[in-house]
Amino acid sequence: MSDIADRVALELRDVRKRFGKTEIIRGATLKVNAGERVALIGPNGAGKSTLFNLISGRFAPSSGEILLGGARIDGLAPHRINRRGLARSFQVSNLFTHLSVFENLRCAVLWSLGYRYAFWRFLASLRDANERAEEVMAMLRLERRRDVLAMNLTYAEQRALEIGLTIAGGADVLLLDEPTAGMSQSETRRFLQLIREVTAGKTLLTVEHDMGVVFGLADRIAVLVYGEVIAFDTPEAVRADPRVQEAYLGAVDAQGLA
Amino acid sequence: MTERAEPDAAPGRPKQGRLPLGGVDGVPAGRGAVTYHFRPYNVGRWLTWGGYALVLLLAPLVFSSSLSQTLLSQMGIAIIACLSYNMLLGQGGMLSFGHAVYSGLGGFLAVHALNKVGAGTLHLPVSLVPLVGGLAGLVFAALLGFVTTRKSGTTFAMITLGIGELVYSMSLMLPEFFGGEAGITSNRVVPPAVLGISFGPQIQVYWLIALYCFACTALMFAFTRTPLGRMLNAVRDNPERVAFIGYDTQRVRWFAFMIAGLFAGIAGGLAGINFELATAEVVGAQRSGAYLLFTFLGGSTAFFGPIIGGVLMVLATVVLSELTKAWLLYLGFAFVLMVMYAPAGVAGLVLANLRLAAFGRLRALLPGYLALALAGALAFTGASAMVEMLYHLQLNEALGPVMKFGGVMLNAKGAAAWVGAALLLAVGATAFEAVRRRFRVRWDAAQAEIERELKRREGT
Repeated sequence: MSDIADRVALELRDVRKRFGKTEIIRGATLKVNAGERVALIGPNGAGKSTLFNLISGRFAPSSGEILLGGARIDGLAPHRINRRGLARSFQVSNLFTHLSVFENLRCAVLWSLGYRYAFWRFLASLRDANERAEEVMAMLRLERRRDVLAMNLTYAEQRALEIGLTIAGGADVLLLDEPTAGMSQSETRRFLQLIREVTAGKTLLTVEHDMGVVFGLADRIAVLVYGEVIAFDTPEAVRADPRVQEAYLGAVDAQGLA
Repeated sequence: MTERAEPDAAPGRPKQGRLPLGGVDGVPAGRGAVTYHFRPYNVGRWLTWGGYALVLLLAPLVFSSSLSQTLLSQMGIAIIACLSYNMLLGQGGMLSFGHAVYSGLGGFLAVHALNKVGAGTLHLPVSLVPLVGGLAGLVFAALLGFVTTRKSGTTFAMITLGIGELVYSMSLMLPEFFGGEAGITSNRVVPPAVLGISFGPQIQVYWLIALYCFACTALMFAFTRTPLGRMLNAVRDNPERVAFIGYDTQRVRWFAFMIAGLFAGIAGGLAGINFELATAEVVGAQRSGAYLLFTFLGGSTAFFGPIIGGVLMVLATVVLSELTKAWLLYLGFAFVLMVMYAPAGVAGLVLANLRLAAFGRLRALLPGYLALALAGALAFTGASAMVEMLYHLQLNEALGPVMKFGGVMLNAKGAAAWVGAALLLAVGATAFEAVRRRFRVRWDAAQAEIERELKRREGT
């Protein structure tokens, strides 16, 4: 393999997904380099969430290939994909509701530290797991809420914990599905800073509706329309792309963009 | 232990299940209630376990009649069985309708092993025969659980029900193993007695059961603090997310199912020694249902709930059933009330009140509790008088219409008794409802006050 191929963290080759007769993803192709931050944008119903579900293994693609670090992962179960170093967050917080913040995070680090299904060791004696969970909790600024059950957290705190569960296992490739969904402007700004911090050095693919977030976070933007990636370039180039303006943004939104 | 102890280090912390939880009125029982920060030597834990051992030790000395010894032995067995069942229900969110399969098959294997020991073809101390039951429970849980745990939720429940029926019907098809209608009998006394322990007297069997009960409780509690034990909670809360943090949810459920089967088998093996008998009913749906019902009544969201459940199980099936023929009716009624008003079971009620006490708010509620109890007793007396009269008329007619009810003679065919009972019920129920409404207001106020207090503490 050439140097360039080695640096591709995540690649989609003509990925298609049909539900019944409807083809939702129609030949999506994408190459995300290691360490790059890519925002996936597109109008409602373009298939962004479906694409995330295909990459993370929730669904298997109907055809096409998905490669993680050069190895195929399409059709694998989610836990196998996760073990290969890809983690995702959810648009609607998907937490362990009856466990505390700390327990949530500790669960998320156990596999990556090799504890598997151990029932012969006490959690309290797993120094590295406890330290890692504390460390992530500090990054999320949730130390004060350490023992609060996830279901009793505020909305913003739940969003933070959602990100925490995603990054805790140390995956190199992260998929974030609308991390700032439902947040106020000021919350979004703070949260964006948090995401930048906790994902430093990682490969990031994020679905986002908030254009402020998109331009503030992304190195490159991929535009998904009707299940196809119609543009994939730097924010400036995408902003200027007439196809994007026509197909996705429409005249009114394009002004907002510019 | 020098490690930092999490708040759940206390056995009392509610492991809240999937079941809609809520102290009495939807208040999460014990949220922030039992936040123990243990000192290095972990006094709280030593006290808890020391107290548990002490109860097991002193119980047969305090209740020394032969009936008590029988009851206590059965309680020890039921505690292990309910705790193992709660690994599935409370900790794993797996509603099994077939847990008796594993305790029951453990029981059969143990009885067969005991017979072989008696015949001299198997060299094993009688005290280790329960482990044969445990091994059987483990093996069958591994085999059958591989199928059941592939699914969760309703499908899981249905499959366990089906497997329960399957195994029960096998018991009639394979009389060599299950002994047909009569079951398999055995004799736990295998001479020579070691150190004077022959397991002839019931008290010696009790000590064996108590020992196993303590060890199994400790092991099952330890399990809740291991990676697999915690991931089981995670699978209960959100199986989907578990897959995205690297775990195979089916594996987690399967392994936990096997461990639950192991302890269920030990309980079954102890029952085999205790009764010197295993019949088809020990694998039956009724036994499985009893595990579910009493584990829930005891409280599936706290680790110690099923211990209460095991005790209740014996009290209800042995004592209550002696007192009244209508015992199943009372039990069903209690179960429905519990599901509706206190889904965290007795343990949840205990924890909710401990929490109130910890914040100094229990005393103010005591008059309310007293009023509730009085009104409830009134209504219950009226209702149960009618139930008992009805049962008397249906089942004991030959004895004439007059029956004894709580020290009073009632004429079950006389209008006076019925009117009186109905009046008691009406007055009691009305009073109960009135008191309940007031109580609820005070309860909610106390809970709100505690929440405010917690917020204040968090702020400082």
